[in-house]
Amino acid sequence: MPEPGTARALDAASIARLTDRAKKAAQMQYLAQQFRVTVLDILHEKGTGHWGGAASAAELLTALYFDALNVRPDEPSWCDRDRFVLSKGHASCMLYTVLAHRGYFPVDELKTFRQLNSRLQGHPCMHTTPGVEMSTGSLGHGVSVALGMALAARVTKKQYWSWVLIGDGDLNEGQTWEAIMAGAKFRPEKLVLLIDYNKVQLDGPSSEIMPLDPLAEKFRAFGWNVAPQAYDGHNVLEILRSSDWVSTQTDWPVAVIYSTHKGRGVSFMEDNAYWHGSPVDDATYVKARAELLATLTRLEASL
Amino acid sequence: MTAAQVAMRDAFGAALVELAETHPDLVVLDADVATSTRSAAFGKAHPDRFFNVGVAEANMADIAAGMSTCGLRPVVSTFGVFISLKCADQVRNIIAYNNLPVVLAGGYAGFSDSYDGASHQAILDIAIMRAMPNMAVVVPGDAIELKQALAQALARNGPTYIRICRHPTPVLFENAPPLEIGKIRKLRDGGDLTIAVCGVPTYMAIEAASRLAASGIGADLLEVSTIKPIDADALVASARKTRRVLTVEEHTICGGLGSAVAETLGPSGVARIEMVGIHDRFGESGEYMALLDKYGISAKSIEERSHAMIQAAVEP
Repeated sequence: MPEPGTARALDAASIARLTDRAKKAAQMQYLAQQFRVTVLDILHEKGTGHWGGAASAAELLTALYFDALNVRPDEPSWCDRDRFVLSKGHASCMLYTVLAHRGYFPVDELKTFRQLNSRLQGHPCMHTTPGVEMSTGSLGHGVSVALGMALAARVTKKQYWSWVLIGDGDLNEGQTWEAIMAGAKFRPEKLVLLIDYNKVQLDGPSSEIMPLDPLAEKFRAFGWNVAPQAYDGHNVLEILRSSDWVSTQTDWPVAVIYSTHKGRGVSFMEDNAYWHGSPVDDATYVKARAELLATLTRLEASL
Repeated sequence: MTAAQVAMRDAFGAALVELAETHPDLVVLDADVATSTRSAAFGKAHPDRFFNVGVAEANMADIAAGMSTCGLRPVVSTFGVFISLKCADQVRNIIAYNNLPVVLAGGYAGFSDSYDGASHQAILDIAIMRAMPNMAVVVPGDAIELKQALAQALARNGPTYIRICRHPTPVLFENAPPLEIGKIRKLRDGGDLTIAVCGVPTYMAIEAASRLAASGIGADLLEVSTIKPIDADALVASARKTRRVLTVEEHTICGGLGSAVAETLGPSGVARIEMVGIHDRFGESGEYMALLDKYGISAKSIEERSHAMIQAAVEP
């Protein structure tokens, strides 16, 4: 696997500890782009995996694991840790890349993605991968599971937070809306639903496959506390602002919609349903990687 | 049958309330049928540990799964027909795949929701649950066993499906050693044929075996309350002795106890196997016992099939 160009190797663990918000945002922005390069490398080398949804969630997953979540990578089953469920499990390669760089397992292991006997299954598996809180892949499960985790915190009088990240496809599933209804009934504290709203599904644009708008209004009608604005899910500073909003809420549960782009980072892959899960061929890889590295170099200048 | 009759569902509700005292981690979820399944008794006693999620079984199963990863021991309660079908994806991909300690309590099992008809009758739940890796499948024979199975399921480190009958049925095991998940209970020794039974028809098999004995036929009567993992040693030992096995279940013969027995005994080739159960068709409305009888699940049917097996040549 090639090294990510001339990119500067940042000490990931130290980023998680940074207190200067602007500096931390810049470093996480850079880190997320570096993770995109890694994911593209892996998907190209393996010839299998999902680029679109992984690239869409790069900044969100990075900001979660390097800022929002109270976790101990060296003690993955610490009982008071925050819980995070990746309901859109096809973004597994990005999750694994973030987890590895956060210290849950060796970065070198990423190259075993989807390989026989690997701990890194095609879709997240909680029993094989340190840091994965729930096995996902079949869409629509995440909100229910996170709701269960949040209710467990209430019963056991724990203070941890329960986070779940869903995508457009999850919102097609009836179960997600069952869980949204139930969330408003039980109202557990510290339950946060993040929506990676990239508006493209496997077969095409969500507007054609299953229209979801007006999304925020739907959540409000179901009785959720929805962030007053949709944030840019590719701008880490904006994501940090959304976290600030979440941290001041007292009305539960909370939902935050992020505007994102499927396949973000490669111009010809963005918003293109073809790159939901198509293998990355050699010619595409060369063009795509050059684009990612150009952005990485630009981000490096702002570090 | 003169024995006292108790409904497993009543025992279920009472057992949940009792277990709550010794299990602070026990939580119960139901999908708007708590009054019917009797989980409402727990809800009344422990409202802070009871979650009625409405008619949303899929959501219920995954909420329980999430809870089970955070130190709780959830019991998911609804009708068996729904728990095995409406949340099959949740049971497979979340609960079974992750080997989570969730107890799935399938109420109104078999034909026991008799008047409601085919839509409500759980006659293929064992087949579905048995096909899930990591899942234990327990079919108690009476209210006493139901309570014992529930307590043991809560101590397991994986998912357990328990079948619960709606109707009062004879109490069989009041003074017997407790049910043990994974173990066959031998109810009678005999050398002529093995009768392997689970669930409500257990009392019918006891009656049939007694009548067979009166006509000189010795039945080795096994109560197979755990369909999975099946007690292969006890089953093979009995089959080697009798060389004839008749399975009896309140379930389709496609994938239930009979199939589990056939899968276990098949490789050894020691026995001829026949099955009493529902023969690949849906049920209908009617009185519970009349319904069981119409679909061939009765002491008389077990007795007749046993005679026929004895008369048939063992060797092909």
